[in-house]
Amino acid sequence: MKHTISVLVENEFGVLSRISGLFSGRGFNIESLSVAPTQDPDVSRMTLVTRGDDRILEQITKQLNKLISTIKVVDFTDEEFIERELALIKVATEAESRAEALRIVDIFRAKVIDVTPKSYTIEITGAPAKIDGILELLRPMGIKEVVRSGPVVIGRGAKRNWSA
Amino acid sequence: MELTGSQILLEALKLEGVDTVFGYPGGAVINIYDDLFESSIKHVLTRHEQAAVHAADGYARCTGKVGVAIATSGPGATNTITGIATAFMDSIPMVIITGQVPTPLIGNDAFQEADMVGITRPCTKHNFLVKDIRDLARTIKEAFYIARTGRPGPVLIDLPKDVQVSSHVFSYPETVNLRGYKPTYSGNIRQVEKAAKMILEAKKPVLYVGGGINLSAANDELLKLAEMTRIPVTTTLMAMSAFPQRHPLALGMLGMHGTFYANMAVTDCDLLIAIGARFDDRVTGRIDSFAEKAKVIHVDIDPTTIRKNVEVDLPIVGDLKDVLSKLTGCLLQKTELLEDLIDATEAWRGMVAEWKERHPMGYRSSKSVIKPQFVIEKIRELTEDNAIITTEVGQHQMWTAQFFQFTQPRTFLTSGGLGTMGFGLPAALGAQVAFPDRQVIDISGDGSFQMNSQELATLVQYQLPVKIAILNNNYLGMVRQWQQMFFDKRYSQTVMELPIDFIKLAEAYGATGLQASKVEDVEATIIQALETPGPVLMNFKVSREENVLPMVPAGKAIHEMVLAS
Repeated sequence: MKHTISVLVENEFGVLSRISGLFSGRGFNIESLSVAPTQDPDVSRMTLVTRGDDRILEQITKQLNKLISTIKVVDFTDEEFIERELALIKVATEAESRAEALRIVDIFRAKVIDVTPKSYTIEITGAPAKIDGILELLRPMGIKEVVRSGPVVIGRGAKRNWSA
Repeated sequence: MELTGSQILLEALKLEGVDTVFGYPGGAVINIYDDLFESSIKHVLTRHEQAAVHAADGYARCTGKVGVAIATSGPGATNTITGIATAFMDSIPMVIITGQVPTPLIGNDAFQEADMVGITRPCTKHNFLVKDIRDLARTIKEAFYIARTGRPGPVLIDLPKDVQVSSHVFSYPETVNLRGYKPTYSGNIRQVEKAAKMILEAKKPVLYVGGGINLSAANDELLKLAEMTRIPVTTTLMAMSAFPQRHPLALGMLGMHGTFYANMAVTDCDLLIAIGARFDDRVTGRIDSFAEKAKVIHVDIDPTTIRKNVEVDLPIVGDLKDVLSKLTGCLLQKTELLEDLIDATEAWRGMVAEWKERHPMGYRSSKSVIKPQFVIEKIRELTEDNAIITTEVGQHQMWTAQFFQFTQPRTFLTSGGLGTMGFGLPAALGAQVAFPDRQVIDISGDGSFQMNSQELATLVQYQLPVKIAILNNNYLGMVRQWQQMFFDKRYSQTVMELPIDFIKLAEAYGATGLQASKVEDVEATIIQALETPGPVLMNFKVSREENVLPMVPAGKAIHEMVLAS
């Protein structure tokens, strides 16, 4: 089963390699990973998507917690959360397909952020499924390049999901 | 007053209670060595950085203190890796200090540069690269704290040369504040109460005990629990000295080379109480049939060990000393139920005794050829109870675990998790430095001994009276045993073709060498070695194709043993 895990870590050098090394060293799967500082500049947040059964997920969260640089681990799978991903999509557009591309962009509330005679670059944010959806519709036109950020998540409601 | 980085390091070591370090100098630590020249800290110069780390490890294993080793950058630092990984697998508290090229050169492929923080990340509990002298004192404080608390382990500090020579005011922090590291010491009392209930309801309970008992110094609490409940105790390789092996409740080792009765008891038990053990594959054999009829209680300070390999019915995270004293306290309040338990488990102890009688630990003795097990029994007989025994890795290690009946905590130092040949001699060196007046014996094989034999020089230089017993079969015996049993006796690369004259080797270093080729020489040789001052090497020419039995073949359940005939 797919799990989205948020890991708060000390914002210090080498932490990313500790986390990624833990996954590779113990044979855990890692589908996507995004890292950026939080509002506290000493703390970074890593959002990672992984797969595994309950036993593996228990090991993943325990092993992450065991790292000295890890402050908190939240597995969002069992909680109410909002998930968003950003994608930049470069799609080939001929004269006849431009209107269709714009219609799709409109339906998905995406944006065209760069135009050339032969392409549109589209920006879209949303849950990963939404991005999969637009890619599916754009594919017949010819997708030249896709850059996805990997999802980030935040808990619903007023409560803060971590305290450092 | 301002101190240099290397002075700060030595002052901090003193404040951590370090009086002895093991190491090897080099360009990137030359400033530290200059300050060591007139320091009150004793430095032991080994002949290889790997040995320095094993020596610090042996020192830590027998004292419970944090072992400290120093090596220079590059090759000096990479030579420490096997030592660090050995300590990591067995949860030994250590601080390793490596020199590093000056910070402006880091990443430039400078002379003797190696990315030590990168290389040691998977084999340390934590590691640090100190880039700024202002962080140095705090880093050392944190390193020692991390090494000795929670589940102990090795911590590496990589110290660039420019940080060693720059200056800063020395102020050693009183406390550490690591928000991501707060080990759980106190066991949850509700869980402990549940454990007491499960124990009182058991009919066929077994205590399965690991190295955590020694690490947490919970030996008395364990003994108390066992005697109060009369539950039989089986110990892992790491715990052979954690419970007195001559105790009527002792079942000896379990697992691949465990005793028949320990493996049968674990297979048949209805309650397995795992304490400071981690269900290693050499213990469990085929995992799905390991203690398959049993409910499992697992006590450990490290939550990751719980449910890593087996399902657990009742986990308790905490320090073993705390949990076991709470547990015995709990049980003591229920005297009647405790008496009922002892009655209800009478038949079980009878069953275990029957297994013990059916296949006791033993070997076929011989009058014509020296049996390695016999040498170990004789060493046991002729040494004091508090003698510290180290081993290398292989057949001699298993025989020592099987036949040397340890009675005192922290008297058996062996590389369990990593299985490092070449560990025993430097570990013995470290133990002898820690306890100059105790008997320290490295039981070795002819293969393993040659992996760090250069440490004879260190023993002689410091006149450390370590006694080395080589059980010499001219084979890499354990691999040969596997080849005999599973590879049709194709002894590929396990015959040590060149017969080494170990006596001459010992003498070349200035140590004493003694040869025993006949059964009747054994006792006299050991006595002579123990009576000879300084380091002594004993070369026992033993029966060549002796096998370690019982043995559970790889992939089999632990009750499917090959037994001694």
